[in-house]
Amino acid sequence: MSRYLLRRLVTLTITLFGIMVMTFFISLVIPLDPLAALAGPQAPQETVERLRTLYGFDQPLYVQFGRYVARLARGDLGVSFQTSRPVFQDILKFFPATLELATFAILVGVALGIPLGVLSAVYRNSLLDQFCRLLSLIGVSTPVFWLGLVLLLIFYFKLGWLPEPGRLNIMLLEPPRITGVLLFDSAVARDWEVFGSALAHLVLPASVLGLVGMAGIARITRSSMLEVLSQEYVKTARIKGLGEFLVITRHALRNALVPTVTVVGLTYGGLLEGSVLTETIFSWPGLGRYMANAFLTLDLNTIVGGTILVAFTFCVVNLLVDLLYAFLNPKITYTES
Amino acid sequence: MAHLRRWPAWALVAAYPVYASLGPSRAALHLDHFEQPGEKRFISIPTEAGVTDDLLLDVQGLKVEFPTLRGTIHALQGVTFQLHRRETLGLAGETGCGKSVTALAILRLISPPGRISQGRILFEGRDLLAASEAEMRGLRGSQISMILQEPRMALNPVIRVGEQVAETLLVHNRTLSRRAAKDRAVEMLATLGIPDPQQMARRHPHELSGGMAQRVMIAMMLVTRPKLLIADEPTSALDVTIQAQILELIKALKREINTAVLLITHDLGVMAETCDRVAVMYAGIVVEQGSVKTVLKRPRHPYTQGLLRTIPNDMPPDQPLFSIRGQVPSLLQPPTGCAFAPRCDRAMPECAQTVPPRYALEPDHHVACFLYRGGTANRHDAKSAR
Amino acid sequence: MITESAPPALDLTEARRRRAEARWRYLEDTYVLWRRNRLMVLGTAIILGLILIAALAPLLATHNPYEQILNDRLFGPSATHCFGTDSLGRDIFSRVVYGARVTLTIALLVAAISTPLGMLIGIVAGYLGGVLDEILMRLADVFLAFPRLILAIAFAAALGPGVENAIIAIAIAHWPSYARLARAETLNVKNNDYIQAMRVLGAGKARIMAGHILPLTLSSIIVRMSLDMGTIILTAAGLGFLGLGAQPPMPEWGLMVSDGRQFLVDQWWVSTLPGLAILVVVMGFNLLGDGIRDVLDPRQRQA
Repeated sequence: MSRYLLRRLVTLTITLFGIMVMTFFISLVIPLDPLAALAGPQAPQETVERLRTLYGFDQPLYVQFGRYVARLARGDLGVSFQTSRPVFQDILKFFPATLELATFAILVGVALGIPLGVLSAVYRNSLLDQFCRLLSLIGVSTPVFWLGLVLLLIFYFKLGWLPEPGRLNIMLLEPPRITGVLLFDSAVARDWEVFGSALAHLVLPASVLGLVGMAGIARITRSSMLEVLSQEYVKTARIKGLGEFLVITRHALRNALVPTVTVVGLTYGGLLEGSVLTETIFSWPGLGRYMANAFLTLDLNTIVGGTILVAFTFCVVNLLVDLLYAFLNPKITYTES
Repeated sequence: MAHLRRWPAWALVAAYPVYASLGPSRAALHLDHFEQPGEKRFISIPTEAGVTDDLLLDVQGLKVEFPTLRGTIHALQGVTFQLHRRETLGLAGETGCGKSVTALAILRLISPPGRISQGRILFEGRDLLAASEAEMRGLRGSQISMILQEPRMALNPVIRVGEQVAETLLVHNRTLSRRAAKDRAVEMLATLGIPDPQQMARRHPHELSGGMAQRVMIAMMLVTRPKLLIADEPTSALDVTIQAQILELIKALKREINTAVLLITHDLGVMAETCDRVAVMYAGIVVEQGSVKTVLKRPRHPYTQGLLRTIPNDMPPDQPLFSIRGQVPSLLQPPTGCAFAPRCDRAMPECAQTVPPRYALEPDHHVACFLYRGGTANRHDAKSAR
Repeated sequence: MITESAPPALDLTEARRRRAEARWRYLEDTYVLWRRNRLMVLGTAIILGLILIAALAPLLATHNPYEQILNDRLFGPSATHCFGTDSLGRDIFSRVVYGARVTLTIALLVAAISTPLGMLIGIVAGYLGGVLDEILMRLADVFLAFPRLILAIAFAAALGPGVENAIIAIAIAHWPSYARLARAETLNVKNNDYIQAMRVLGAGKARIMAGHILPLTLSSIIVRMSLDMGTIILTAAGLGFLGLGAQPPMPEWGLMVSDGRQFLVDQWWVSTLPGLAILVVVMGFNLLGDGIRDVLDPRQRQA
């Protein structure tokens, strides 16, 4: 098992290197001369040339790449053009908000998705099953940004049940920052008004992301349960005289959840991309919105830095999911290739 | 009634469940008198009059159908046989003749859309098809068990084998403590010849060899000392040497626990070695039933005769191997007469028109063939004949 | 007694007849399965509808989708404008109808680029193995290390705005999963007796890969592709929404949703209706994909 882990870490490092190459390539291709932007539109050509030598843009590509990697290794991701702050600092600032959103969304997804999937499989082809499948289908087919707008329209603008886009009521002050996760920080500071407001603001965006995630989870739970229910050991459990409920929960579900867990993990990683769209709609001050703006304004440093971070997180999440799968499924021994 | 309000009475009432779960289980102390909770729930179903005490399982005219895309498959078309206490009955036949379906039907585990459309299954005189689902659950695992062909697929891959064996005990005896059930499970594993049973109990099924896994499955199904053990091709997935061991094991356990065994197999050799009586199946019906010696030495039904001829025993090496001409009929269109008639060289005109009833040649030799019309027809078959 | 019978001589016509019968039964079963699965019928209907609408757009649209009538801005759904008008006075219904063409074009082009590319790389990597396999798979892994939308956005941003660039960007984000799938299938069948027989007969590598392995991988690729179509359309719409894909005045549905965002409260139809179109179309593709998967799945055929 540890040999497998070692191999995966080596692969991870290679992949990380590949990610850096890729983002370097992207940064080259971007149709914007960062130096011209830096120097300003009025600057004469020789200023730009001097900047070029100063920043080393006249060096051959591999030298540039080497310096790029060295910079990254130091953790220096450059300064964002938008915010004029170091990118790394910006990322640290915005990351907790996205983490909070993604975690809640996954909780919604799992709490709704798994029971739906199980019921769907057990009562296969019944009306309940058809309804659940339709619901998951709609969830998987809905454009996230559209769903967000529609739910915002209904629940905020028309019904007024849920608060405005944003993380917190603008009249309220944020509690002293410990982790950046509002719910945690406000609970620690016992500021219940802020806690309540933060929770209320979380409901809509987390539901939007969660509903899409729930659909995927319900589907995999259903198909995995169907597969498991046709296995011999389920028959054995019935032969032993176990009631249907125990057969499903103790024998079938434990096996069916193994692929589901991996999908949940992957969805969690995938929420990173969903958050780009959702945060834009709900003015959520998180990484997604930050990145979306960066892409639109071609803020080079942010694009590069943010993409690397996102890719890296995604890889790590995938690795963790694989390890979790190996742990849950005693049949898989990763010592064999 | 004032005395009921006194706390000592309530304390005693509350203490009973605690005592029951902590106290030594009756099973651990009196191994031979293991309580069968399923028995108690059976009082509601009336007993058939005139049934011999020795008859454990009496299947009469069992019909099972499976609706599919292309029509209804008539898997069983009137299966009739009898199994007595403490005997081993072999259910023999080719693949697809309905042996496994019969086993599942006895346990009432035919999954929808398949259904048992007709017939009676009398277990100790009570019709299982009239029992409620709760009653069946009480039976399954405690009075009637089944072991399956592929042991490593039939065991839950994520649960340790010791727990799986103990589970059968715990399901049927609520008063048994987990510790006691575990101990009993380990004992059972030892009885089955598994070395170092304590260690083995902590393993997962995929870590065991085929033979070990089969022993575990047998342990799991016999730990409650059922009256009937159905063995569905228990050795087909194992090597020949292990096969012999497992069969010996089943024989030994059968003697010790006084279980009856319904051994389903397509291997005539296995049948000859382990069974007392045999029922031969073809295309969803039992064509011949009798003691092993009678059926194997003096087979009467043309199918049985053909089957025995296919065994290449004393044939000279240059002779072609014998096979019965024709093919097994499709179960989608049940034939109007005898299912074997198209392939039978002694078929008579009426064979294609009417299903032959079971004729009794000797007290314990029944054949479903018009050639033996002299024997007494079994009344149950007369009722279920189309 | 039963007489012995010699095994029947090989009857070619009988064998051919039986094989044809089996094929016919396969097709029959496929049709029955298709018909029984109401959802799949619905999916097929939706996609056929989409294709029809795209093809007959000039006939179905009530107005010119690019024509701006500034006097008629932000009208609600009415008799003349059944979906209302947007902020520039353009008829939304016509734009949605023409948008079908855009959506279909994007989806087909992305599939046409990423699927063959992915299959090529996957089959070559799987069959030839060795260092080439490692390199190609590492390359695919790097691409797969990014969430697909982020990668598409990154390349769309890098290449510049516009539908063509969006198509290339999405294709770049999608080919690795086909490559992986093709490689896995290739590895499965590489050592089949059938393929080995071809090798013994002297077939060259290219011939085996193209002629024999490719058809064997086709069914899972097709299933994956039909399931992916929905995601491709959602990604394209997402890019449009963010302003990185189709550019105004093109009637792309995601772009239309974004346009209507500022008018959401009072003129809900500008954003809601194009988004509904996306939902319906993606649902259709998903239904179709599910259906294709069910039909090709051998287990379903038995019950």
